[in-house]
Amino acid sequence: MAYMHIGKDFVPPDVPGKVTGRIKYAEDYTREGMVYARLLTSPMPHTRVVNIDASAALAMEGVFGILTADEVYPDGEPDSPGLKILTNEPTLVGEPVLALAAVDEKTAETALGLISITFERLPFVLDPLDSLTEGGDNAYPGNNNTFVFRQGFGIEKWSADQIASFRAGSEPTAEPQQTWQHGDLDAAFAESTYTYEGTFTTAGYPHHSMEPRSAMAYWEDGKLYLHGTSQSLTALANDMAGIVGVAKEDLVFINAATGGGFGQRARAGSIPSMAIPAKLSQKLNRPVMMRITREEEFTIGGARQGFQGWIKVGFKADGIMAAADLYIVSDNGGKGGGADAHSAADLISVLYQPDAVRFRGTSIGTNTGHRGAQRGPGQNQIAPIISPILDQAADELGLSRVEIRKINTPQNGDVGGPQRTPFTSAYMPEALDQAATAFGWDSRQSRRRQRNGSKVIGFGIGQGYHNAGRSGMDGIVSMGTDGRLKIHNGVGNLGTYSYASTSRAAAEVLKMSWERCDILNERTDNHLPITSPQDGSNSIFTNTRTCYGAAVDMLNKMKEIAAMDLGGAPDDYDVLDERVHRTSDHGIGMTYAEIARRAMELGGKFTGEAELPEDLAEWTQISVSRLAGTAFLGVYHDPRHAGNPPGFTVTCTEIELDLETGKFEILDMLSIGECGTVLHPQGVKNQLVGGAVWGIGLSGYERHLYDPQNGLPASTGYWQSKVPTILDTPANIGTGWVDQPDPENPVGARGIGEPTQGSVSAALTAAISDALDGHLFNAAPVTADMIINHLADVTEDAVPLAQNNYRG
Amino acid sequence: MVATSNDVMPDIELYQPTDATNALALANTLGRDGWLLAGGQDTFGWLKDRNKSPSAMIELTQVDAWKGIREAADGGIEIGAVTTLTEIADDPLVQSRFGLLATAAGKVASPQIRNVGTLGGNLIQDTRCWYYRRGLSCYRAGGNTCYADSPEGLNREHALFGSSRCVAVSPSDTAPTLVALDATMVVASEGGQRAIPAQDFFIGPARDIINMTVLNAGEVLTHVRIPGTWANAEFYFEKVADRNVWDFALVNIAAAIKTANGVIEDARLACGAVECVPRRLQTVENALRGQQRSEQLAEQVATLATEGAQPLNYNHFKIPLMQNLVKRAVRG
Repeated sequence: MAYMHIGKDFVPPDVPGKVTGRIKYAEDYTREGMVYARLLTSPMPHTRVVNIDASAALAMEGVFGILTADEVYPDGEPDSPGLKILTNEPTLVGEPVLALAAVDEKTAETALGLISITFERLPFVLDPLDSLTEGGDNAYPGNNNTFVFRQGFGIEKWSADQIASFRAGSEPTAEPQQTWQHGDLDAAFAESTYTYEGTFTTAGYPHHSMEPRSAMAYWEDGKLYLHGTSQSLTALANDMAGIVGVAKEDLVFINAATGGGFGQRARAGSIPSMAIPAKLSQKLNRPVMMRITREEEFTIGGARQGFQGWIKVGFKADGIMAAADLYIVSDNGGKGGGADAHSAADLISVLYQPDAVRFRGTSIGTNTGHRGAQRGPGQNQIAPIISPILDQAADELGLSRVEIRKINTPQNGDVGGPQRTPFTSAYMPEALDQAATAFGWDSRQSRRRQRNGSKVIGFGIGQGYHNAGRSGMDGIVSMGTDGRLKIHNGVGNLGTYSYASTSRAAAEVLKMSWERCDILNERTDNHLPITSPQDGSNSIFTNTRTCYGAAVDMLNKMKEIAAMDLGGAPDDYDVLDERVHRTSDHGIGMTYAEIARRAMELGGKFTGEAELPEDLAEWTQISVSRLAGTAFLGVYHDPRHAGNPPGFTVTCTEIELDLETGKFEILDMLSIGECGTVLHPQGVKNQLVGGAVWGIGLSGYERHLYDPQNGLPASTGYWQSKVPTILDTPANIGTGWVDQPDPENPVGARGIGEPTQGSVSAALTAAISDALDGHLFNAAPVTADMIINHLADVTEDAVPLAQNNYRG
Repeated sequence: MVATSNDVMPDIELYQPTDATNALALANTLGRDGWLLAGGQDTFGWLKDRNKSPSAMIELTQVDAWKGIREAADGGIEIGAVTTLTEIADDPLVQSRFGLLATAAGKVASPQIRNVGTLGGNLIQDTRCWYYRRGLSCYRAGGNTCYADSPEGLNREHALFGSSRCVAVSPSDTAPTLVALDATMVVASEGGQRAIPAQDFFIGPARDIINMTVLNAGEVLTHVRIPGTWANAEFYFEKVADRNVWDFALVNIAAAIKTANGVIEDARLACGAVECVPRRLQTVENALRGQQRSEQLAEQVATLATEGAQPLNYNHFKIPLMQNLVKRAVRG
């Protein structure tokens, strides 16, 4: 289909600001009379605040006041392990206990040193299996070690023998907290010619987004103005109002740009710390800036769940994956976590379409960084584990590694996951073919495991998947009497350009030149509709639907006005060059400016004063009510769609691994995206390349380190957490896409944000394994020391399946 | 114990002397309270985290006498301690005569850090043991325990050799290079000047568990002299780190080998990140003299390099890694 905007590159409006440094992040704002807050955080992994004596600090010149958990929660802290604004029972080192405001940061920091706190030291635990062991310590309040949705805190224990057996490599025998299954597992394994079974670990690691979660707040005329950070302005503000305790109509959330979302700036519950300057400002009646340090960001920013798992996979003689059985103990950290383990099983079910799948999972708290969504949570941890197993099966069954993936690949008409949900569309076979061809997979195989001195060549191919689309959100477009189109978009500016590229769906409907369109975002008093949280790779699918729908509403109203004034029926009209014209006679028509003026005269449904869609979210209703009567409006509530819109990627890579140093160089890498119609080619490319860097980190470098002796984190900064650097990534990462439209999206688009990390990690870990003659580390990351130990046949005294240390 | 969130500079005096006399006078007056500041790469973290609390900083970057690279009469060179690592890595004289040092300087950290980081700073930087840097009261910090050398310690980056209560390692890339090149450290104070062989400049915990060099209060490392002895020898430097930018070495090696008619006449090898000081591999050197380079020789001497190694929980890999680096150095 020939589009005016869809599938074409453009310069998103935030780019000049980012290139020149003029765009503002939360830390860049200032306000007359602003004071500075600093946090006093927990020095211990699990403790209880017994007493706070802040008298000396409060007596210090330049200190304005403090905020404590007792003030924030006068009725007691919420009875959940989730993040609190402030807490009197920290369950990890670095959790905020109190905030202090002073005339400047130096004064505040010095004053914090004068505060005397009596902490009651509580037992802590860093490894879920240690906590699961009978008699093991527990991470959560009330001596609990787990939290079950809708059931609350709980305690989960296995016998010492069960733990020892699991650590020794056997299938866990304890009852899991969660389970789902489809197909006859026993029968499917019985049909298997090749079966792999073993334990594995994947490391948790922090987000470390570039922009810390700083925030500035002030109150004026009863309204809270909060400068903060988010993945989606309205999705976050909608819940932040409740956390702060302010009515939605009295909260203005300002967020022009965000330096990295990655899943934990999607919802307010992930960043309750932004309420600290809001509450402190309310208490002190002064604007308050709370600048978050890199180390604080480590704690507040959250982390990926680590896995301690067991997997069994069976393949038939023809390469079909007959059965997959997965048991995962996931590390929920100090503040509860996500559903990563479930998503890991979902990925296997979707990507490899086994006849039978069983998932069993148990989530256990540890006194480590809080866990939650992080790019492909679950799917991306399991990707580097399953991919080398697939390669081993291919070798055993005499298949090529591309073949075994094609045999098992999801395609149109397939279903996946525990609900056996059909895909809205799926072109993974095409993606595999495209990747193998563009990379020259077959022609390169002659170099497989070729030695050059101490170096050896390894190849890897990997696949990634994430559900990539939702629905049920709202859209608003408006037009003033100048005829310019304003697209009100609550999607945050994460550097994905999604806020802009989804807006182009509205321009497409109205055939507007892009220069005559204005995107209204950056602050919620731009009257933004409720939008998806821009997590789960869903922005493109979800918000093209809403922008498109709002524009269609405006288009229909335009035709109705034209018919009203120029005669005929609305269906007799079409639009071109910012005019509504009669289809049979282009000379008869009205300009968009004329239509907008007429709409203003007519009022009612044309200006948002009547006949609004049912089921608009409360936030959208507030925005529309404030716009009502001021502009020509298109308003839309998106109904639910059917099926699972997938985001798929395939990555091929060639590495050279040095057998004497354990280091590898990525010689070449190429990723193909399968994300429906490509909305914005440069945006897709950015996602494919950015995800690759993450995937390299997952496979080769990044992991949490906590000291077992005192619970202190050792990987709080960029240096220690080993985020890949420019010289650890290939100079060029090839990209491409399938570009087949999805029927459940009006412009055919689906998301692509998360799967690339998984496919890159899958390919890279497979390549490492390939270079080492198929050795399986069953771990992510695989670091240089692990490779050296393997090659030198060195054994350590390390505890198998450990979490939050060098070996897991 | 109260945890503050840190990352804010405390109140501190800043002195910016413009000549050596004033700088040495300040160093003498302030003693251990006067923090010597050059590139700042091993300064601001300590101070902002408030794990070190000097009362003043003496910035040395305006002392021209301690900057630059000069040719010496014996065919060697003299480098001012405040010369940046980028200047050393890019210097034609260093590259032509002592490529070993140019290579090592170019492998330190990242381009940004090398642009401000100095040779002196790289040599006298404190150990990177994360427990110590975290502000824990370990032996090195004046306490009575070592968190790394314990049954549960996270000690992947720690020492194989020379432990004495503390198992921290020398993190420098240039230090083993200067040991291999037989350099001399020129140290000045108000009382005069002394020249110390590089190998004696660095000290382990058995001798001083708090300081990693012989520098006394009031003394400043002003120059490094590299004699012409090893100019244009056959050099080998390699640093193995987790990442190719920024990280400190898991193990590094610096080797200078002189051959004549295919026979090794003399050799100097030193490894970093395996001991609290750059570890000179004298047994390897002895075994190399008079031999022809060969794979067999490389294999033989590699095992000598790690004799006496005492690995901790998580650093066993350093033994084969160190052996492999020795092999590579011998192969050339």
